[in-house]
Amino acid sequence: MLELKGICYSAEDENREAEILKDINVTVDDRFVAVTGPNGSGKSTLAKIVAGILKPTAGQILLDGVDITDLSITERANLGISFAFQQPVRFKGITVRELLSIAAGKDANMAEICNMLSEVGLCARDYVNREVNASLSGGELKRIEIAMIMARGTKVSIFDEPEAGIDLWSFQNLIHVFEKMHEEIHGSILIISHQERILNIADRIILLADGQIKKVGSKEEVIPELLGAGAHCKTLTDKL
Amino acid sequence: MDAIQQNLLEQVAGLHEIPAGAYNIRANGQMAARNTTANIDITTKEDCSGIDIRIKPGTRNESVHIPVVLSQSGLKESVYNDFFVGEDADVTIIAGCGIHNSGGGTSEHSGIHRFFVEKNAKVRYVEKHYGSGDGSGERLMNPTTEIHLAEGASLEMDTVQIKGIDSTKRVTMAKVAARASLVIREKIMTHGRQYAETDFSVDMDGDDSSVNLISRSVAKEHSRQLFKSRIVGNSKCQGHSECDAIIMDNASVSAIPELTANNIDANLIHEAAIGKIAGEQLMKLMTLGLTEKEAEEQIVNGFLK
Repeated sequence: MLELKGICYSAEDENREAEILKDINVTVDDRFVAVTGPNGSGKSTLAKIVAGILKPTAGQILLDGVDITDLSITERANLGISFAFQQPVRFKGITVRELLSIAAGKDANMAEICNMLSEVGLCARDYVNREVNASLSGGELKRIEIAMIMARGTKVSIFDEPEAGIDLWSFQNLIHVFEKMHEEIHGSILIISHQERILNIADRIILLADGQIKKVGSKEEVIPELLGAGAHCKTLTDKL
Repeated sequence: MDAIQQNLLEQVAGLHEIPAGAYNIRANGQMAARNTTANIDITTKEDCSGIDIRIKPGTRNESVHIPVVLSQSGLKESVYNDFFVGEDADVTIIAGCGIHNSGGGTSEHSGIHRFFVEKNAKVRYVEKHYGSGDGSGERLMNPTTEIHLAEGASLEMDTVQIKGIDSTKRVTMAKVAARASLVIREKIMTHGRQYAETDFSVDMDGDDSSVNLISRSVAKEHSRQLFKSRIVGNSKCQGHSECDAIIMDNASVSAIPELTANNIDANLIHEAAIGKIAGEQLMKLMTLGLTEKEAEEQIVNGFLK
């Protein structure tokens, strides 16, 4: 169970303090929790705060009752938090096999790599010895990133816009990955997404706007709010 | 050969035992072992220290090992090795130098290798430099490589210096004739107060000649590196050089590329990138459970692999 208590985050922006998150209080213990909201509402910042990449300016983060607010990225990773970046990182010289082995915490053999990659629609034979460098497309990297999170199998997994750039591989497969992860681990999966199809599988949706939690609830409760949320001009509303 | 020399030999040439094919092993300035084959002859030079390696035209799938090991502190030597590779030959040459210095004197090896590669011959040349020993004496290595490629010939050179050499100046010169191609891949890691200098100079003299120089390096602690590459296109040719360096701690890296086109159809490119390890790379590996130091090691090892 992940608890966020009074989380605030501000950063300096053009010499003035910008409040990016304001007093976030929420508990995550469901299967799938989606975090949604307009661009710039603080979704990615929230994910980075949970993973330890950013330190909150105020507030507390608890994982199964243990205060992890002051723990490093590594310590949190080892306690059971995984984070799939929105923009996966490239590494010159490090192969897909090596990266998946680091994620799995052991030297993964061909059968294990095959198992991991096939879940994200990639054939191990074509990828296992490839370097995770600029020769891989954004969509391929994104799928490898998801495979790494699966390989880790931690109790909390955070995905930052996993659907972005998932080219030919379908949405249905992505959702299948989340379901399978839950079956195997019984943990919580926190997904940052704008996609209605992802929101539809969420047990709970957290709607962020302007750095604050606007609503938390089931999809029936939150999705209508979401559609009515934007105060669009008439031209845009007509086209929506 | 003693255990120290055997260990050096394994580091620079990957040799656990006497290699197959032609070889010449030099230990502490003396010939320790030699073997020639029907197609590959090795003779000792008479006017200076070194050997001539003659490879007959058409020789295929043979290899030559010429490792050098130094374990006597304070030994300084210059060795001149010439390779004559006959037309249409296709061979692998493995050189390398290991210095173990556990004394107070400076040990120094300067290897001057010249390659005369005849028409349509193919050479793969692997060179490894390694230093060990905890003496206060410095370990210096200054390899010079001179490459002459005749029409349609090709040479691929892999050169690696990962550990233990205090100071090195690596000079490589090449002249490339029509349709000939040269590829050089260099990997260097320096630490402590080491200094490494690379100086490539290539003339492309014939049409459809090509050269590709790829240097990857890591400079740690207080070490310094200088990368110079000079490519001259005198014909219709393709030239590319790339210097990619990771800088850490208080190290310093300079890259000085020089491209000269003397022909309208010369196509020359240089890329250089120097920078610290990207923060997002460290963060990604840390979210997979590695400590910052472990993440750094992974990134450096991968980069130099």
